[in-house]
Amino acid sequence: MMQEDRYELRFGGAGGQGIILAAVIFAEAVGIHEGFHVCQSQSYGPEARGGRSRAEIVISSEPIDYPRVIGMDLFLAMNQAALDAYFADCKPRGILLADATFVSQVPTSRALLLPFTTIARQQLGDALAANMAALGAVGVVCGRVRLASLEKAIARRVPAKFKELNIRALHAGAAAARQLDLAALPPFIDSEEEKEV
Amino acid sequence: MTEKTGSLRHDYLRHDKKFPHVWCPGCGNGIVLGSLIRAIARLGLQKDELVLAAGIGCSGRMPVYVDFNTLHATHGRALTFATGIKLARPALTVIIVMGDGDATAIGGNHFIHAARRNLDLTAIIINNQIYGMTGGQYSPTTPYGSFAATAAWGHIEHAFPIAELAATAGASYVARGTVYHAAMLDDLLAGGIARKGFSVIEVMSNCHTQYGRRNQMNDAITMLRYFKEQAVAVDRAAGMSAAEMAGRFTIGVLADVEKPNFTEEYQKIRDRARQQ
Amino acid sequence: MSEKTGQRLLLQGNEAIVEGALAAGCRFFAGYPITPASEIAELMSLRLPALNGTFIQMEDEIASMGAIIGASLAGVKSLTATSGPGFSLMQENLGFACAAEVPCVVVNVMRAGPSTGLSTSPAQGDVMQARWGTHGDHPIIVLAVSSVSDCFDLTIQAFNLSEKYRVPVIVLSDEIVAHTRETVILPEQAAVTVIDRMRPAVPPEWYIPYEDNSRGVPAMADMGSGYRHHVTGLIHDVRGFPTERPEEVDAFIRRLFRKITNGFPEIQLTKTVMLEDAEIAVIAYGAVTRSALRAVRQARGRGIRAGLLQLITLYPFPRKAVEAVLRQCRRVLVPEMNMGQVIREVKRVNVATEIVRHNRVDGQFITPAEIYAHLLAM
Repeated sequence: MMQEDRYELRFGGAGGQGIILAAVIFAEAVGIHEGFHVCQSQSYGPEARGGRSRAEIVISSEPIDYPRVIGMDLFLAMNQAALDAYFADCKPRGILLADATFVSQVPTSRALLLPFTTIARQQLGDALAANMAALGAVGVVCGRVRLASLEKAIARRVPAKFKELNIRALHAGAAAARQLDLAALPPFIDSEEEKEV
Repeated sequence: MTEKTGSLRHDYLRHDKKFPHVWCPGCGNGIVLGSLIRAIARLGLQKDELVLAAGIGCSGRMPVYVDFNTLHATHGRALTFATGIKLARPALTVIIVMGDGDATAIGGNHFIHAARRNLDLTAIIINNQIYGMTGGQYSPTTPYGSFAATAAWGHIEHAFPIAELAATAGASYVARGTVYHAAMLDDLLAGGIARKGFSVIEVMSNCHTQYGRRNQMNDAITMLRYFKEQAVAVDRAAGMSAAEMAGRFTIGVLADVEKPNFTEEYQKIRDRARQQ
Repeated sequence: MSEKTGQRLLLQGNEAIVEGALAAGCRFFAGYPITPASEIAELMSLRLPALNGTFIQMEDEIASMGAIIGASLAGVKSLTATSGPGFSLMQENLGFACAAEVPCVVVNVMRAGPSTGLSTSPAQGDVMQARWGTHGDHPIIVLAVSSVSDCFDLTIQAFNLSEKYRVPVIVLSDEIVAHTRETVILPEQAAVTVIDRMRPAVPPEWYIPYEDNSRGVPAMADMGSGYRHHVTGLIHDVRGFPTERPEEVDAFIRRLFRKITNGFPEIQLTKTVMLEDAEIAVIAYGAVTRSALRAVRQARGRGIRAGLLQLITLYPFPRKAVEAVLRQCRRVLVPEMNMGQVIREVKRVNVATEIVRHNRVDGQFITPAEIYAHLLAM
């Protein structure tokens, strides 16, 4: 097994949920402000409007060879359809983080459910801020980026008039994630496959 | 009035390029070339600041004879090359000479967009109603009912009115002349070159070799006489009925408007961008 | 100059191409919208005016190619960017640039074809089109990018080679590199090597526009700089005028090839990884290099002596570097996102070594696992 600290994330949801923007902000935060090497990509085309949307981020302290996800360490699913479509590439040790507002069935016991859309709607008055709430939770769960770095990236990538709303959503999501007990997640099965590719 | 072409030949044509030229005896292209250098001399333009670009066809051979910055581009694309030249060096006066097939068939899309874009270019379209160099195949301006190498049974398509097309597409200056009315052609060319914005001068010209031969006009003189009889000055045409104008065409300035041109508008963008 | 140099940035491949072009001195862009290349045009339209440059969206890719040739003739470094369908339309005027020896750079962000194909999916199907797309016998330079930092570096390299050799240079990118964002640190402008075309050192009356010299690359005068001359796509003599004299035609075509052949050592760029003691090797280019690199590292982890040769220059084909690998390794794998285009060039170098193909034409990226499986079997 190769000695590397490669960490892979995939964000999935419906078109219009701001999946790709969240991934770009995350990539900028870890790539520019945390000093990691980063590769971020997304699905384009018919999927990008209305249907499913998908974005990926690979992080490493070493230069990254293959730029796409091989097996996710963290999968953020913003609705059931995206969860069903994109879960298969999740590593056995990977963690599923899902928006409980739209996701009811999870295919793994290593799942964390938080109602991002409900949080955004109730605490911020705008369901569209769910992506930033989810981003705050991703930041807490992955443990590889400071909220301050995510804030800086938001400031650069989001129009000024939405900056404050997005940062509040980020904190709301992070606060919700801190209530979760990651240690309580069941252990993963260390399969042989895990050692390959 | 027509300047003396004799001394202009020495001033504006290439000394290291061997004549005779490639055109057939009696070809109208030589008259257009003469008019062009007279118009340039009248405007006092320097050879170093002039570009003559052409596409492919008989007209495409014109640049090689003039002692300017010259370009013989690909078929139908001369306007696209000229667009790059003008934008890269706006101080240059860029003139493009094309044939009817070159400008309105293979280059038709470039032509209407150049007119719409209104870059400061002058397009001379020599309309001989046929593909001359390739052997007399029909072009977008070959008249309905006439004969061509690829219209052995008579032509069933309808001709583009080039000047009217250019005016509709947005050219700043549009004129039509003929190689019979050479003195007027000098004026039309000088007017077009002087006008900022996209200028089009359509020149009805004779290809007795390929068009005339197949349409009962076997020699240059017959064709020139045809132009003389069929051409109607713009102001006179205004008082004529459609029936009277049937089969005839207007000559003179069809459009001459002042409007923002791309070159100047883009400079404003540069200035704004630099201030930010 | 590029204002973004010297900073740590998160850029898409398409954005890095723009930064590279600006750093190389490109000040003219003409293009037509097409996925997955449009970001290059969009960013150029934003950036060029402040640099006193010019952006123009033309009516099609034929016109775009014509416009960049025109601007280059007038002395301004020029770029266009497109994808397969547009690249097909550019072939006509690309040939003009080869014949009239007009420096310019064409980026082709490859997507799956033929025809409209899969407009948002990656592929590597345009290798042969980049080499032989325009008609007639002609030399051309083709570079392939594999990462965002490549996009910056190789776009500069493309401009430099184009200027130095008076030849159009094709940069082959693909949808993966184009749309992946990666962290890059762009060098300071002062650290970027910029080469400009050789301009005439003689007065205008002595200037012979296509006169041969030891490098085979004639000095090029900007249109409008006082050096009036004729430029044509017809085969021309040293003065630029059309000729059909066999000895002049022959000398012209042979010089076009000779100028590139003379430059092989600096034009043929490759990169080797773990090849020193390799018994098997992967020869890859473009985004697939990334998958191959991972697979080779994994194979090494398993004790397999695998290595990688990355072809940065596809044409002129880096025969020497490939030959060395073929002589050393008992088997060589050529993975491509097409039915096998570069593998034919590899086979032309040497047929004694077993050369294995791996092809993928479903619009999906070749994964490390696919290459790794081959390496295990080799």
